[in-house]
Amino acid sequence: MSRLAFWRQRAATAAPGGRRLLVPFTDGELDPVVLEAAIRIAKVWEATLVPAYLMVTPLDFELDAPLQKQVARAMPLLEAVEHAGLRADLAVDARVETGRSATHALQRLWDAERFDRIVVPAPTTRGYGFTPKELQWILMHAPYETLILRPDPELDAHALEVVVG
Amino acid sequence: MRGHYRILVGMAAGVGKTYRMLEEGRQAQGRDVVIGYLEPHDRPDTAALAEGLEIVPRLRAAHGELELDEMDVDAVIARKPELALVDELAHTNTSSMRNEKRYEDIDEILAAGIDVISTVNVQHLESLNDAIFELTGVRVRETFPDRILDEADEVVLVDLSPEELQDRLRAGKVYSPERAAVALENFFRHENLAALRELVLREVAEDVEARRQPAGLEPLSKQAVGERILALIEPQPKSQRILRRAWRSAQRLDAEIDALWVRSPGYEPTPEEATQLAALRRLASVLGIHFLEEDGDDLVEAVRRVAGERGSTYVFVGTPDERRRVEILRGSLLSRMVRELPGLDIRVVADRTQRETQPQ
Repeated sequence: MSRLAFWRQRAATAAPGGRRLLVPFTDGELDPVVLEAAIRIAKVWEATLVPAYLMVTPLDFELDAPLQKQVARAMPLLEAVEHAGLRADLAVDARVETGRSATHALQRLWDAERFDRIVVPAPTTRGYGFTPKELQWILMHAPYETLILRPDPELDAHALEVVVG
Repeated sequence: MRGHYRILVGMAAGVGKTYRMLEEGRQAQGRDVVIGYLEPHDRPDTAALAEGLEIVPRLRAAHGELELDEMDVDAVIARKPELALVDELAHTNTSSMRNEKRYEDIDEILAAGIDVISTVNVQHLESLNDAIFELTGVRVRETFPDRILDEADEVVLVDLSPEELQDRLRAGKVYSPERAAVALENFFRHENLAALRELVLREVAEDVEARRQPAGLEPLSKQAVGERILALIEPQPKSQRILRRAWRSAQRLDAEIDALWVRSPGYEPTPEEATQLAALRRLASVLGIHFLEEDGDDLVEAVRRVAGERGSTYVFVGTPDERRRVEILRGSLLSRMVRELPGLDIRVVADRTQRETQPQ
């Protein structure tokens, strides 16, 4: 690749206004198979990977209140997901979004920012991922192309750290 | 002269604060002691211990169509005892009372020169309200400000192990058997009690530590040992990482964090930058970080000013994105920071989000 072609490609992928692939997750875990798939899609599509931790804030708190327990779960996971994306040479632009429910947080996120595609993890047997009801809501309300990825049943029992180290 | 204030603090109901308060009242031999207010909680041992101590009659206060008992502050002050025992300082008075909270009533009694012994559970402490909710799932509505403990002459821990407290509950010494069974399944679960005990032990230990420091030296010593992080951000994805890294370090250092964006005077962010800034603000808010915006042409000068104002000890900065020409003319940003910000630790957070594949 010529130097000029490299910078053109880089400008197309990493510059403001490039494609953005949103991967929302919640509950302190992201299925590794879903993450791998999202990374592959982002690479093929030359998109910035936007992993977004959706934090559910109880009604008693202000929406953006610092909730130590949740933050302590979210930050290492977000770091791990970001590392996985960076190891694949992807541009990563991580987010934390709060809401009264996972779908409310998602709504707030796409109200505030532009994305081009969403990759959503389906529920795992261990109870992580979006519930069928949430998935239905996402399919009905997402303003972008949406992919729902099911976890590999054999890998379902493993935690994210098995894949991202 | 203001009265002496002694607060007995416990991790939860049932550890024996009221009992201890009455014991201390009884042991104050030769002193004129009255009970200003007592919550006997239908506990026979407590009621027995109160026998023989003078009780200032309670006030019947209107609460809608009901009448509730409250402490008669004026009667306690008019009685002029040497020591008044007042249970449950975090209690909220009925709306017809002069003061909203019982600790305000106590304040009037102390101001009248009467010594007070009072009681409270740690979950009522205002600054611990969120932590208690996160630990136990129970939102405590009746709170009292931290200054009450700070201003008390003595804060004494009434301690019991979680196992002992659960045994007391099972034996019906705290609540009726039906209520105790429910309590053991909920608020009084072992893990809740262990967490509450840790909180109260830490709180009282900090109070003891604070009392060891002579008042005049406190600001200096705080300045000497306290860490405060200043994270320099720009409206770029890498700044999310800087904030997260700063937060992680702050956890270890027990430090406050400020996030600072220095923008050129009159500069208007592009739509993409505005989006990044909004996302950074949301992250800062969730992480409990103070978000600051400063106008300035010179980043290092602005950092020096803000670090001085905020008492920062650490600066977190991303990998500078400088043009070579500027670096040659003005010196690199990092070397200027090291040179011009003496006394500040500087940590560079690697910009891995912009890691690039070398062109062939």
